Amino acid sequence: MYAPEFDYYRAGSVSEAAGLLRKYPGSKLLAGGQSLIPLLKLRLAAPVAVIDIGRIRDLKGITVKGGTIRVGAMTTHAELAASSELAEQCHALAQAAAGIGDPAVRNRGTIGGNVAHADPASDLPAVLVALEAKLTVEGPDGKRTLDAGGFFQGMMTTALKEHEILTAIEIPAHSKGQGSAYAKFAHPASRYAVIGVAAVVTTSGGKCSAARVAIGGMVPRPVRAASVERVLAGQELSAENIAKAAGQVTESLGNEVLGDIFASEQYRRSVAPVWVKRGLTQAAERAR
Amino acid sequence: MKFPISVTLNGRPYRREVEPRQLLVHLIRDLGGVTGTKIGCDTSQCGACTVLLDGVAIKSCTALAVQADGTSITTIEGLAGDGQLHPLQEAFWNKHGLQCGYCTPGMILAAHELLRTNPQPSDDQIRHGLEGNMCRCTGYQNIIRAVREAAAAMRRKG
Amino acid sequence: MSTRVFGSGIRRREDPRLITGAATYTDDYTLPDMVHMVLLRSPHAHARIKRIDTTRAKAAPGVVAVFIGTDVEGALNPMPCAWLVPNSNLKVAGYPCIAKDMVRYVGDIVAAVVAESPYQATDALDLIVVDYEPLPAVIDPEKAKQSGAPQVHSNVENNVAFHWTVTGGDVDGTFQKADVVIKERIVQQRLIPNAMEPRSALAHWSGASGELTLWNTTQNPHIARFLCSVVTGVPEDKLRVIATEVGGGFGSKIPAYPADFITVFCAKKLNRPVKWTESRRENFQGTTHGRDHIQDVELAATKDGKVLGIKATSYSGMGAYLSTAAPGIPTILHGLMLSGPYDIAAIREDVYGIYTNGTPVEAYRGAGRPEATFILERLMDMLAAKLGMDPIDLRKKNFIPKFENGHTVATGLSYDSGNYAGALQKLVDHVAYKDLRRQQAEDRKKGRYLGIGISTYVEICGLGPSQVAGAVGFQGGLWESAIVRFHPTGKVNVFIGANPHGQGEETTFAQIVAEEIGVDVNDVKVIHGDTQTTPMGWGTYGSRTTAVGGAALVMATRKVKEKAKVIAAHLLEAAVEDMDYKDGKFFVKGSPDKAKTIQDIALMANVAWNMPAGVEAGLEASSFYDPPNFTYPFGAHLAVVELDPETGQIDVRRYVAVDDCGPQINPVIVEGQVHGGVVQGIGQALWEGAVYDENGQLLTGSMLDYALPRADRLPDMEVLSTVTPSPHHPIGVKGIGEAGTIASTAAVYNAVIDALSPFGVQTIRMPVTPERAFNAIQEAKAGRR
Repeated sequence: MYAPEFDYYRAGSVSEAAGLLRKYPGSKLLAGGQSLIPLLKLRLAAPVAVIDIGRIRDLKGITVKGGTIRVGAMTTHAELAASSELAEQCHALAQAAAGIGDPAVRNRGTIGGNVAHADPASDLPAVLVALEAKLTVEGPDGKRTLDAGGFFQGMMTTALKEHEILTAIEIPAHSKGQGSAYAKFAHPASRYAVIGVAAVVTTSGGKCSAARVAIGGMVPRPVRAASVERVLAGQELSAENIAKAAGQVTESLGNEVLGDIFASEQYRRSVAPVWVKRGLTQAAERAR
Repeated sequence: MKFPISVTLNGRPYRREVEPRQLLVHLIRDLGGVTGTKIGCDTSQCGACTVLLDGVAIKSCTALAVQADGTSITTIEGLAGDGQLHPLQEAFWNKHGLQCGYCTPGMILAAHELLRTNPQPSDDQIRHGLEGNMCRCTGYQNIIRAVREAAAAMRRKG
Repeated sequence: MSTRVFGSGIRRREDPRLITGAATYTDDYTLPDMVHMVLLRSPHAHARIKRIDTTRAKAAPGVVAVFIGTDVEGALNPMPCAWLVPNSNLKVAGYPCIAKDMVRYVGDIVAAVVAESPYQATDALDLIVVDYEPLPAVIDPEKAKQSGAPQVHSNVENNVAFHWTVTGGDVDGTFQKADVVIKERIVQQRLIPNAMEPRSALAHWSGASGELTLWNTTQNPHIARFLCSVVTGVPEDKLRVIATEVGGGFGSKIPAYPADFITVFCAKKLNRPVKWTESRRENFQGTTHGRDHIQDVELAATKDGKVLGIKATSYSGMGAYLSTAAPGIPTILHGLMLSGPYDIAAIREDVYGIYTNGTPVEAYRGAGRPEATFILERLMDMLAAKLGMDPIDLRKKNFIPKFENGHTVATGLSYDSGNYAGALQKLVDHVAYKDLRRQQAEDRKKGRYLGIGISTYVEICGLGPSQVAGAVGFQGGLWESAIVRFHPTGKVNVFIGANPHGQGEETTFAQIVAEEIGVDVNDVKVIHGDTQTTPMGWGTYGSRTTAVGGAALVMATRKVKEKAKVIAAHLLEAAVEDMDYKDGKFFVKGSPDKAKTIQDIALMANVAWNMPAGVEAGLEASSFYDPPNFTYPFGAHLAVVELDPETGQIDVRRYVAVDDCGPQINPVIVEGQVHGGVVQGIGQALWEGAVYDENGQLLTGSMLDYALPRADRLPDMEVLSTVTPSPHHPIGVKGIGEAGTIASTAAVYNAVIDALSPFGVQTIRMPVTPERAFNAIQEAKAGRR
């Protein structure tokens, strides 16, 4: 597999990258390359130029400050998976990152590249939606912050405007009594999510005070399962209550459920409650 | 467009002008006649092209040569030191961890990555550590045994 | 020698180069002035080519040449089919190397671009304009046979490439009088072999001498040379095929391929070395697939469980063209094996080989025998369920009793030796079968759904007597060859015609020589894979390398030994008949202290200063071994799977194999062959399967879609064996390359049905994906309501 010709520019800073994007219309940003390079090889993408932002130092790393976790866009999945801070304070993200692709892919792939690519079968979008992450983007008009819920607009489509670059993701660290998890039904070949469920459970006085559930993989963009969240709020986190709440997921899935030769739309709808239950159960365990 | 890069491959420095589109695996295989790094697929699934980039395993078919600029690359040819097989190579040999050998360079380097991050893996962790590398001959079982043996040997060596 | 190397699990001799990256596979070669070829393949499953415009491609940077169908016409002969199954009304349709007027599958070759770099060649490929008129396509072999189906070849009515039958005993009478008849439809889905090394060819033409060297990914370099000569017209004596390192084949590197010969054509035409290496995507489309049978099968039995007859009709998809050995696989290697390890008086199978608009089908590990085993093992379990018998007891009741020298079954084959009950008993004892069943019942009460599946098998391998090969239409011999050559220092080279590519014969064959003539195993180097240095041989497939090639080697080594004895007698001034031999030493009977070692004799034979009268110099011998019969390995496998009833996901929890391949030269290598084979069979049961859409587009066209077994989805396997030597083989060995695959699909499938049976599920399609299992449970529940 041989990619088509393109030019290559290496950006030393976000502003330089933004300038290059403007200068070369039809160019693509290159982060870890784990989504872009396969597309180039298959000649499904043919950018005029590739702008490498993978070396911008400011975009790397995980910092925790005042209850907020800031993850630089060029932080790799391996770094997310290995982070003890994330494991403690934002478990679903670390857990989901640990299940992306395989170790070599995780060493290259970045959270920013993954999220900006917005593949519906990707793991992180649903996780960020459930975690109510804020995404910082920088562009010609300066910086702005977007809710994860609004960032993902459809299959491979985000709220990023032309010449904007995703630079960081901010996530509220778990408070006491809060726990999160990611349950994934992985495709046996691609290992992408056929169904991915990110769940955040907040407990108070032995009951679920709030739950946030986002579904990915089976929908063009992650959806919040408000129907599940509603039913669980205020309930004890018993197996029965979790199962009952999870059973409500269908209502939140909407009309656009994906299907393919491995798992049809009907099947995904049928088993979605099981995966929601599993995500919630794990999150509830971590919340205790 | 050509882009100048410099890389160290198995300890030897190289400077090249490369097309930005050139894959790292093609650069490696073209550089100094070291062809141990294999290409088995085109979708980052099989892991035959696994190499170490600054000591960390990556799939060299899913990296551009320009991205490797300034790095040190280790391929299967660079794993043995001073004519001594690496404990992983020794263990793959001892445990019959290979048959046709095509996946082996990538498999050994993926195992290297596993042991770098987890020197004492359980069998289950070994299996997961090799999830990105495919072998069609061995059914993986002797590979698992080999990695287990290599881990023990490397721990003994310290 | 104190420890016997034969039978010990010594480390492989081939490994040092493989674990260090020093091995050179075809794509690793680069020749001076070499150019790169890429192929334009049809995006349509069936279409008329109306026009091809290569103008822009030819003008693209770095492009050396572009060739289309009309360019190779006359220069490349049509692809031959080499297994012309007799009495089957076989219709071999024209198979051009480059399609000219029609494309018949997605992947059919339409043009070749040669350029200075593969990047440039690929750029130019995008510039070729082909005007296609798409035509209706057909993929399902059963549908393809119906009237009104799209015609893959206009001169092959109803797409029937052949109709072959096997009959033994009174089938109709048996089914009429049977107490019980079991019927099932089995779909042996199309599989994609996916050897890890993509196929590759590098052709070097020496115009001055008219000689051609072809580096090629082939399991059988001598057949490749033979067929290359037929297609390209390069005389066989001036054609050298090199395949010293091949990265797995599993059948897909048996056949001849148009791409290889187009590479040759380009090299001749351009007078430059030309290399072609397929991408994985291309491999999915253009390299042969396996299986693809739709079968209606029936079993007749008495009410106490004695199996009386088997009846089957198979629609076997051949793909768009008949690949080299394709017709023999669903017929000779399948239908004749329908008695399996059982005593069955009446057997009939009708096999329809059907052209479809799919990629051509070939041998894939097991080739015909996994499909035969599956029929029997499935029907056995269904019968057991129907009669309320335990599957183990039912099998024991129907086994052919232990035999050591020949047993003829209803299909006409004469098995060499077998102890089927012995293998099964070993399995039963090892797993403590009754306890396992008890545990299963207890787990089920707790909501855990485990399934236990058994598969017993006998396979035909060690292909085979050449006379039989000829009688069944194989257009070649099936003997093997070996040359054993002693050098003056006592070191040995062995040259073989077969071409191991992972199976380890560089090691096991050295062990054979060590055993036979007492040299150190490290003093033997086995050479294969180069037609210029090795004797003619028919290749490595069908678990035949050790069974046939190993026998050739034994015979050649014994010839050397005979000659050595003559020389030793001369040197010791004794009569030949007074000579004795032990552990590499020749001595006069009763005087072992005054001995000549094989090394002494090798030196003398090579310098020839003092040779017996009439004895030629040199110490080497060759053998061309044509086996008197096939070999018939057998065994019994057990799988334990766990069903997640909520999602339908199935995982293999335990796998136990008992195989009997006769004496084991290297048990570690035998075990490795079983591991790999078992996992390929598990892959068929649970994950693998080619899927086409109604237009003939391959939807599982990459490793992102086609699920190959991975390390994290598999359990450790327990591998055991029994030893029943083949009576006709000089050292009794049978072959082990395919056994695992032959047994494991049925074992896992039976376990899956066992796990699903509490829900009332009796049948399910492979691969058993979570969705299929889930739906089967729902449907069974609904049906019971």
